[in-house]
Amino acid sequence: MNVTVRIVQDRLFKVGVALLSFLALLPLFLILYYITRNGISSVNWRFLVNLPRPVGESGGGIANAVVGTAILLVLSSVVAIPLGIAAGIFLAEHRHGRITYMVRLAVEVLQGIPSIVIGIIAYAWIVLRMGKFSALSGGVALGIMMLPVVIRATEETLKMIPDSLREASLALGVPYHRTILRVILPAGLGGIMTGVLVSVARVAGETAPLLFTAFGSPYMALNILKPVSSLPLMIFNYATSPYPEWHSLAWGASFVLAVFVLGLNLVAKVVTRKWKVQF
Amino acid sequence: MKVASGEAARAKHDRTGSGENAFRGALYVAALSILVLLAAIFLTLLVDSMPSIKALGPGFLYGRTWDPVAGRYGALPFLVGTILTSFLALAVSIPFSLAISVFLGEYFREGALSSLLKSAIDLLAGIPSVIYGFWGLFVLVPVVRAIQIKLGVPPFGVGIFTSAVVLAVMIIPYSAALGREVIQLVPCDLKEAGLSLGATRYEVTRRIVLPYARSGILAGMVLALGRAIGETMAVTMVIGNSNFIPRSIFSPANTMASVIANEFVEATGKTYVASLIQVGLLLFVVTTIVNIVGRHVIKKVSVEI
Repeated sequence: MNVTVRIVQDRLFKVGVALLSFLALLPLFLILYYITRNGISSVNWRFLVNLPRPVGESGGGIANAVVGTAILLVLSSVVAIPLGIAAGIFLAEHRHGRITYMVRLAVEVLQGIPSIVIGIIAYAWIVLRMGKFSALSGGVALGIMMLPVVIRATEETLKMIPDSLREASLALGVPYHRTILRVILPAGLGGIMTGVLVSVARVAGETAPLLFTAFGSPYMALNILKPVSSLPLMIFNYATSPYPEWHSLAWGASFVLAVFVLGLNLVAKVVTRKWKVQF
Repeated sequence: MKVASGEAARAKHDRTGSGENAFRGALYVAALSILVLLAAIFLTLLVDSMPSIKALGPGFLYGRTWDPVAGRYGALPFLVGTILTSFLALAVSIPFSLAISVFLGEYFREGALSSLLKSAIDLLAGIPSVIYGFWGLFVLVPVVRAIQIKLGVPPFGVGIFTSAVVLAVMIIPYSAALGREVIQLVPCDLKEAGLSLGATRYEVTRRIVLPYARSGILAGMVLALGRAIGETMAVTMVIGNSNFIPRSIFSPANTMASVIANEFVEATGKTYVASLIQVGLLLFVVTTIVNIVGRHVIKKVSVEI
């Protein structure tokens, strides 16, 4: 082949790669543009502290969804963080062996389960037993989704901590459990925190597992045995409704949710950079 | 005095010993509970879909009609819908994710441009799926409708094509991240050998880098496919909720995930609920297989390198 042709081909390839790469970001900018343009105008203090109003009345807000999201995230954290960190420690401490292999595989499978299937599970385990939709069942569903992320973050972080640190502690006569809890865990705190933040950000935007667990509610609900609303659930219900007033509420809620989720991801990044495990 | 302090030390030692055992025990319990959780999820799906498995048999998989009012539960329309949307999404996403992998793994490994692209991709991965669906419904659907009017097909706007486009955007970050990593792992001496023989960068990328990294790139695509199959909300909002076997890629349809999201709350009757749970079971099995295949390919790659 002619040299000039090859050089032109090379240049074209580079330009093409750059073009396609940035073209893939077009939807991102469009999404951010639309939720900002349509959402920001409806976001103000009253929007955040008012309850939704019936169609035709203006001034409705999303307070119930904000509070509901907070309740669900607290519940899911209670379910997932202690168990996830403990399982992560186990995997980091027992790096080989049958149980470790199986648990690792289970974590991978768990991470791949579609969120709607987790919703069915929480429905079967809790909603059917209690006979009603509840925040608790939604929290458990989200907790199951958080688990694999927390476990992997804990495992990966603790694996990076050098053995010399543990050996130094053990050589001083510190018992095993104190070595783990007082030396190894604090050293890996940054990585674990990142994992927790990322997992919270991931489930904060989940809708599918809440459709038939937390279910949604137009009232302010503080009882974890009652149905609650959440931001994603509210966006879904309002976006698929035929009323323009509700659509603008949904845009506002989308803006709030996107700022919250992307903000959490940003904080996670800062935490990683600041508290990176370095040895 | 000495004896007493020795005893105290032993007592203290025993205490810490039991604390240690309790701690180790707790770790074991935590790890085993993950296994129990997964087993319980599978068994729950299996047991709760038993009424439908018994009533419908294998006809569930190839039945073409889903009509709960008439008591007919054939899941074939959803299988077809899922396969069409997820593979179409993968096909749409491949040029972009490959370009991003090459861009970040080969041309611009560091620097302002690459960190800009990387952060943007992270943002893309972080946006909740319900927002993708909402955006798709209000921005993409009118565009698709206009295209359909031009093409002379029924202008639904919603349907398989729209879902595939939204899904493609959502899965790009997943395959691009893995692709970038494996492309970065291609040894420099291989590339330098190619360049020193007079190959252009394009030729090196095409004939050395991509073939070397192909199994990792493939693994990324498989994992992205797994995500596309299980994605629920964005698809539910733009696929059009139709329980017939789609006639073209512009038809409204339903995927396995979206039919559960659309019908589960309203489902009445034992067989109806059980058949939806069976769809969930099927979804669970399919995504698990796809994920395990993907992870297996990744492990093979990391062993090779």
